[in-house]
Amino acid sequence: MRVVIVGAGITKFAEHWNKSFRELIVEAAVKAIESSGLKGEQIEAIYGGCMASGRLIGQEHIGALIADQLGLNPIPSTRCEAACASGGVALRTAYLAIKSGLHSIVAVGGVEKMTELSTQAVSFALGGAGDQEIELFHGATFPSLYALLARAHMHAYGTTEEQMASVAVKNHANALLNPNAQFHKEITIEDVMNSAYVAEPIKLLDCSPITDGAAALILASEDKAKELGLKGVEILASEQASDTLALSSRESLTELKATRIAAQKAYERAGIRPSDIDFAEVHDCFTIAEILAIEDLGFFKKGEGGLASEKGKTSLKGKIPINPSGGLKAKGHPVGATGVAQAVEAYMQLMGLADKRQVKNARIGLTHNVGGSGATAVVTIYKRFKG
Amino acid sequence: MQNTAPLNWRRFPERYLLRGSYCETCKQAFFPSRAICPNCRRKGKLISIEMPRTGKIISYTRVHVPPEGFKNEAPYYLAIIELENGAKVLSQIVDSDPEKIKIGAKVKKVFRRIAEPDEYGTITYGYKFKVVE
Repeated sequence: MRVVIVGAGITKFAEHWNKSFRELIVEAAVKAIESSGLKGEQIEAIYGGCMASGRLIGQEHIGALIADQLGLNPIPSTRCEAACASGGVALRTAYLAIKSGLHSIVAVGGVEKMTELSTQAVSFALGGAGDQEIELFHGATFPSLYALLARAHMHAYGTTEEQMASVAVKNHANALLNPNAQFHKEITIEDVMNSAYVAEPIKLLDCSPITDGAAALILASEDKAKELGLKGVEILASEQASDTLALSSRESLTELKATRIAAQKAYERAGIRPSDIDFAEVHDCFTIAEILAIEDLGFFKKGEGGLASEKGKTSLKGKIPINPSGGLKAKGHPVGATGVAQAVEAYMQLMGLADKRQVKNARIGLTHNVGGSGATAVVTIYKRFKG
Repeated sequence: MQNTAPLNWRRFPERYLLRGSYCETCKQAFFPSRAICPNCRRKGKLISIEMPRTGKIISYTRVHVPPEGFKNEAPYYLAIIELENGAKVLSQIVDSDPEKIKIGAKVKKVFRRIAEPDEYGTITYGYKFKVVE
């Protein structure tokens, strides 16, 4: 049974002082339902990605909250949590629900409201993605964990801070073309290099921001999509892998093994190779994370991701456009929403709806969503659905 | 807020003595202790051992924006250290010449206060490492 995305919706990613958590997810979900042409009562189940609402807004029980606010009671509604990969896991779980044959139309949501606490408090909440008792306890922060990965990559392959900066510059340039992006600000290599160190070698402009936002998708079985004459994007594969929560327990510091494994399985299931991918939305929570991702996903050889970024091979008109949406870096990173927002971008690109940031001749796309410093990775591959 | 005293108390052997696990089946050392060997699972035979107190830096960073409890120490160095038995540990590097904090540098364990007292007044102690001259 093939699975098709038949609708997608997203809010603007921003600091939404005037919108609550529930308003954001309702806005994204209504947009998704409207884009599918379906009616709310045709939805059979909901899977919602959300990482840290308990810490961020004091609210748990997000599954039921979403169903309630959408007026979709009493259908089952389940929260999926895998740190920053919560959205990707929600998407994959919804995909499995249709693959299993139990459901034929399912909604996927992702949402996070992050801007109502101090940066320090948000950092503490996000720290929950790492190993609190043995790493965060010793003064580790998320930028510092990725800094440890960056330093190891620089040491092994000669990757430079300028190469990392080029990722931020490219993603800011792409975000200029995305009306829903948090940042509409062109930056230069010098801007990144002159920004303050957060954890060496990671600087402020190497980091994704704190963001409010939500995204949603409607998934249907192939049979249902054909029966109702729905257009959309087929999910060719969605694979997930796990690794140690503690960065220090990893076999290697120059790759995210979970990404590599999930990608291998996804390519195998889809029956394609990395060179068949026309564009990818990857998890660039820090610039080094994009460099690791484009290597671990097989687009570039291990160690060559920094140079490829510097040479423009990942730009909108490059060999393989990476993060046409602006990525987490410039589109914004409402953690629980990110994995779903990546799928929304894949849908827009493959439906030819991406306007000024449209990747030419996009036929097959990939999304890559990471939890923490790589303890969860979800890789999903998409293709235009021809009924 | 969480009362952190019981958690810290439970972790004394790990944080004070660098006590971890060793699997007699696959001969691999783990830090911190594990309840089950991730390689051998139920076929494994884990025993509790003290880790070697020396190792080498395999990656490091200097943290400029600290989390709660570490403001007085920033900027400070963090490293992932491979101990002599192959187990790895993330720790602060203290009392060392910044020029000597490098990948491959030899380090040894020292005993220090970890962070500022939390809201419960719990003062945490444990391992940090310093470069061996």
